[in-house]
Amino acid sequence: MFLNEAYAGSLPIAATDIAVQWDSLYNFLIWLSVFFFVLVVGAMIWFAIQYRARPGIKTKYITGNHLLEGVWIAIPTVLLLIIFGWGYTVYHKMKQPPSDAYEIRVVGKQWLWTFQYDNGRTSVGEVYVPMNKPVKLIMNSEDVLHGFFIPNFRVKQDVVPGMYSSIWFEATVPGKHQVFCTEYCGTSHSGMLAKLIVLNDEQWKQWSNGKKLGPIPEAGKELTATEIQNANVASLQPVSGGLAMQGKHIFETKGCVACHTNDGTTKIGPSLKGVYGSRVELTDGSFVKADDDYIRESIEKPQAKVVKGFSPLMPTFQGLVSGTEMNALIAYIRSIK
Amino acid sequence: MTTAHAESLPGTNYLNATHGVKSWLLTLDHKRIGLMYLATVLSFFLVGGVFALLLRMQLFHGTAKPLIDANTYNQFFTYHGAIMVFLVIIPAIPAALGNFILPMMLGAKDVAFPKLNLTSYYLYLIGAAVATSALFLRGADTGWTFYTPYSIRTNTTVILVLFGAFIAGFSSILTGLNFIVTIHKLRAPGLSWSRLPLFVWATYATSIIQVLATPVLAITLMLLCMERLLHIGIFDPKLGGDPVLFQHFFWFYSHPAVYIMILPPMGIISEVLPVFSRKPVFGYKAIAYSSFGIALIAFIVWGHHMFVSGQSELSNFVFSLLTMFVAVPTGVKTFSWVATMYKGSIRFNAPMLYAFGFLELFTMGGLTGVFLATLATDVHLTGTYFVVAHFHYVMVGGSLMGLLAGMHYWFPKMFGKMYNERSALIGWLFIIIGFNVTFFPQFILGAQGMPRRYWDYLPEFTFLNRVSTVGSWFIGFGFFYTAYYLIKALRSGPKAPNNPWDAMTLEWVSTSPPPTENFLETPTVKTWPYDYKPGMAPGITMADNPA
Repeated sequence: MFLNEAYAGSLPIAATDIAVQWDSLYNFLIWLSVFFFVLVVGAMIWFAIQYRARPGIKTKYITGNHLLEGVWIAIPTVLLLIIFGWGYTVYHKMKQPPSDAYEIRVVGKQWLWTFQYDNGRTSVGEVYVPMNKPVKLIMNSEDVLHGFFIPNFRVKQDVVPGMYSSIWFEATVPGKHQVFCTEYCGTSHSGMLAKLIVLNDEQWKQWSNGKKLGPIPEAGKELTATEIQNANVASLQPVSGGLAMQGKHIFETKGCVACHTNDGTTKIGPSLKGVYGSRVELTDGSFVKADDDYIRESIEKPQAKVVKGFSPLMPTFQGLVSGTEMNALIAYIRSIK
Repeated sequence: MTTAHAESLPGTNYLNATHGVKSWLLTLDHKRIGLMYLATVLSFFLVGGVFALLLRMQLFHGTAKPLIDANTYNQFFTYHGAIMVFLVIIPAIPAALGNFILPMMLGAKDVAFPKLNLTSYYLYLIGAAVATSALFLRGADTGWTFYTPYSIRTNTTVILVLFGAFIAGFSSILTGLNFIVTIHKLRAPGLSWSRLPLFVWATYATSIIQVLATPVLAITLMLLCMERLLHIGIFDPKLGGDPVLFQHFFWFYSHPAVYIMILPPMGIISEVLPVFSRKPVFGYKAIAYSSFGIALIAFIVWGHHMFVSGQSELSNFVFSLLTMFVAVPTGVKTFSWVATMYKGSIRFNAPMLYAFGFLELFTMGGLTGVFLATLATDVHLTGTYFVVAHFHYVMVGGSLMGLLAGMHYWFPKMFGKMYNERSALIGWLFIIIGFNVTFFPQFILGAQGMPRRYWDYLPEFTFLNRVSTVGSWFIGFGFFYTAYYLIKALRSGPKAPNNPWDAMTLEWVSTSPPPTENFLETPTVKTWPYDYKPGMAPGITMADNPA
């Protein structure tokens, strides 16, 4: 049906079994709403036309009808109880992770997501999970409330400081899935994004063994030319643009772009345009030359030297950026003129 | 209990009985106080509306070369929400229209406590001044919900907004108290409970919520102020506090507050539909009781705002189940309103057009509310634009349509002038069409996953965001045009008859505009207010006509 097609596009892809069940419930509610909307507004329009004021037409003196009133109390009550039960059933599944679920620890802080795996690996802005296996994210916040939302899985959970909360899913569609922060958390709330990357068995093995992965498409989509290019960057193979291009990719995936621009406009942190080699004024009024060491220190220990006019908000990336990645980042920052 | 109003001279009314700024600022006349509320509320509506238009402009423009930066955007949506909720919608109908109309509907000379009434107005004004002073200092960027611990950490002047809302809350409490006593004590002879107009019933239910729920907000906002100033450690996890506790406290008020916003417009719709259908209201008792049903359930469903906040599964089970029962009395009202039109003789004056608008938008808002009451669907939809669309359909579609219906309906009574129906039709079309163009796409954006309070968004959301912004220009034009023709009517509109709509409630017994004491002689009520007999002669009211 045309209408069916039209609103099917209103939902993201359903990438878990629970998401598929969620869609059935949502579709039921849509059609029920369409029915009641047409009933109420249709009757209103019909009556407005049919009973418009005309000379000589007498109104009917009606003050109520107990049978009718009983009907429109009883039918909605029954429907609402059915909807409640259905909604609770699906919700209950969202809240019951299998005991063998693979656990990943998630830390939210203004304005990036960090992920810790049982083998000691850590990733920022990207979380890698196996396909067709239950995964449980155990989440905590370092500062204010955040919300972890994966539209393709139809799940969401607030991430609260001083309390662990969790979310679980079993992904059936490989590729990159969008993650949003859904609890307002300040300046760069809308920049607090992440990608949840669902890997097939082979990729998962490669990743677990610390090997580089090939290019991965957005979930439900084909690889684009840019993604293939970026994948070459990520695997540190020779690409046009060289080391700086590799650095740009790291800059974009590690959450740097939430606060820093490369075009001279100020977001939360200073823009990095023309910074390399310049004299930077710090909050204490002193000056420092922006050389390799200054940039490395500013990434690993951001509070050490804070640029004048900015707040010491940046979290540390110590241990999150490898030596080779650091070199690529410095090359990139040097290239922004 | 009544004030010593001087006997009105022939040919004078409440507007021209006394002159000068002082005669307004120190007035004890409920009608003048009502008008002062109306003017203040509409001024804040303009401010809140301009912030909304600016937000939508930024969302149209995108962040490549932003019109407003992220911090400013966050402040603007905070102002928009806080001003619209605390300074516009909550006081709009009860304090502005209610103040004017409620005593007249009861056949009373004034509210029970006129001095307290004026005090309420000034508390509202002081609260509003304190809250908006933040705009000229470091602003506020917490959103109107003030969620902790962000509201504890932010270095903006959020404390002024909190304290302003705290003061304005007392205005709400005292107005509610005043109305309850007025309804109990100052009804005209013959105006029994079963003859009370439905607007009075709705205002009564609202007043109960105002008196019972607002103190909880006051305490919560005070605790948050103390947390910021004295670090008492009740909400701040760093001091052992619980940030989710704040959400419980906040919604314990703010959910019932939703019904403070929606019950009064429901009352107005219940008045307008019978008058313009020339028929008795369908199911009078059901509509009256359902107001109290809604008010009661309002207090026990706050947890449905917190399904993903970390609340237990059992709590969510209970809150979801209870929330479903809000839909039953709401449905009863909606079906009864539509049934009132059946076999009537329908006139399409502006109040009726806004009642139609109310029915369309409120039905959409109500039905999408079921999606959010249902546990599983809420998990995906909460915190997204779906919620933004839902509460605008309910709050704007419900409260503002009701306010506009009421403003047009009582305009002749308040000012003794008629507005132009053709202009009203044009304004209505712009507002209704603009509203749907603005907010319907937001349901789709939300279902697709776009979170609310986002300064920046993914490229795939661009088209619908731009459609939404274009809609906001239509609404903006509609409101400016409405302001234009109403002001024009004030200055040069034709003189209004005493009862231009042939309505039966008591305010229409009096002259337009009414004398200071409302009725030169206390009316005696003979019938039910919706007793529209077939072929009934116009100009008949439910009382002996002493005016």
